[in-house]
Amino acid sequence: MNVKKRLLDGARMNRAIRRMAIEVVEKNRGLEQLMIVGIRSRGVPIAERMVAEIEQMEGQPVPFGILDITLYRDDLTTIAPNPVVKPTKFPEPINDKIIVLVDDVLYTGRTVRAALDALIDFGRPKQVMLAVLIDRGHRELPIHADVIGKTVPTDADEVIKVKLAETDDGEDEVLLMEK
Amino acid sequence: MRASGSSLRSKDLLGIEALTPEEITLILDTAEGFKEVSERPVKKVPALRGQLVINLFMEASTRTRVSFEIAEKRLSADTLNFSASGSAVEKGETLIDTADNLVAMHPNMIVIRHKHPGSPQMLAERYPTISVINAGDGAHEHPTQALLDAFTIRERLGRLQGVNVAIVGDIKYSRVVRSNIHLLTKMKANVTLAAPPTLIPTEIDKLGVRVVHSLDEAIEGADVVMMLRIQLERQGKLSFPSLREYYNTFGLTRERLRRAKKGVLVMHPGPMNRGVEIASDVADDPNYSVILEQVTNGVAVRMAVLYLLGGAHGE
Repeated sequence: MNVKKRLLDGARMNRAIRRMAIEVVEKNRGLEQLMIVGIRSRGVPIAERMVAEIEQMEGQPVPFGILDITLYRDDLTTIAPNPVVKPTKFPEPINDKIIVLVDDVLYTGRTVRAALDALIDFGRPKQVMLAVLIDRGHRELPIHADVIGKTVPTDADEVIKVKLAETDDGEDEVLLMEK
Repeated sequence: MRASGSSLRSKDLLGIEALTPEEITLILDTAEGFKEVSERPVKKVPALRGQLVINLFMEASTRTRVSFEIAEKRLSADTLNFSASGSAVEKGETLIDTADNLVAMHPNMIVIRHKHPGSPQMLAERYPTISVINAGDGAHEHPTQALLDAFTIRERLGRLQGVNVAIVGDIKYSRVVRSNIHLLTKMKANVTLAAPPTLIPTEIDKLGVRVVHSLDEAIEGADVVMMLRIQLERQGKLSFPSLREYYNTFGLTRERLRRAKKGVLVMHPGPMNRGVEIASDVADDPNYSVILEQVTNGVAVRMAVLYLLGGAHGE
């Protein structure tokens, strides 16, 4: 795959995540009942960074959870090999919480559909919001993000590659690639 | 062929012997993810929705059958339990005819327990599109039991490599021990077997294990002591003078356990003969015994196996 464009470098990614954190706090007028939940795998470090930003801003801890959606995917019977299953973790029950789901890229919306199904099996949140670093369009389901780091118009044959220091070797960056 | 490392190569789980260390690690790692599912308020995930699993138990079983059934239900599979008693098997129907008829109803997987070694393999070869899981075939293998034992050891001790495991008792008639020897030696654990000479098959030391004939010698320095059930139903007549004498020489008691390492784990695949291979107070002592943890972990391990075999089979 060829790199067509570098959409974000490390500094710009940090600014985007900081802005996402501010937006989450503003939309909820504070931290009351808030829980930030990262979708495995690259949603997790982005969510952790948002939690760090919010805690620094507001000076109080924010509950942070991890959601593994593998078992809820709609393509399990068609993809091989099977994706690796890892545990889901919440620091406290999600009942009556305002859950902010965090992922790296919003594309077809199928991951978010699976995440919503997974979440509901753990309880009944008061509200669920979606925060994504990149929204690249091409939705296949009626799903939208509430907080977006950067909107990028793409073609279907293009690929967005989010690289994070925590999960990938090297520096933070977002690349637009051509298949 | 599926890529190794992140998936299993075979469509079936017939035994541990054919697995690579990487495949064993994959199953154990996957089971860690599944353990959490059983602790949720809603203990069910949709991974195997719409798949039919037939539990074909031609031999008595409580733990394994119940464990598989719970694992299947927690993965949202449809399950059908078939046992020999009360079926046409009692009218003389053969395993092949029974299986052909069940397969005509389009199951995705068959979990089979049978007294004849190799019956799971026969079904696996006969039905190329169906995943077959061996839930115990005669004295051959019982792979999911060895996997749940390994999962329990790894969870408690943090590793398998270099762990000293003493396996004591009915080595000759036990399928559990065969699967465990394959698994533990593949994962570089040190295995010591102990039993009266009449219960040790010849040439078993060729599998890379140490054989001793006294319990004390086996327990010395052990991290894990795995007691096996004396399989009275598989022995024509007793291989030792009396159950009382067996207990006196090979029964695990608190006194004997002192020779093991501090923090030793006592395991038993169940069902236990209390007062034959293991003293009741040892079996029930939470400082040593992880016997009920083995049962809990069995569900997670079987979910992992069902999940890994139940997905797509890519070419």
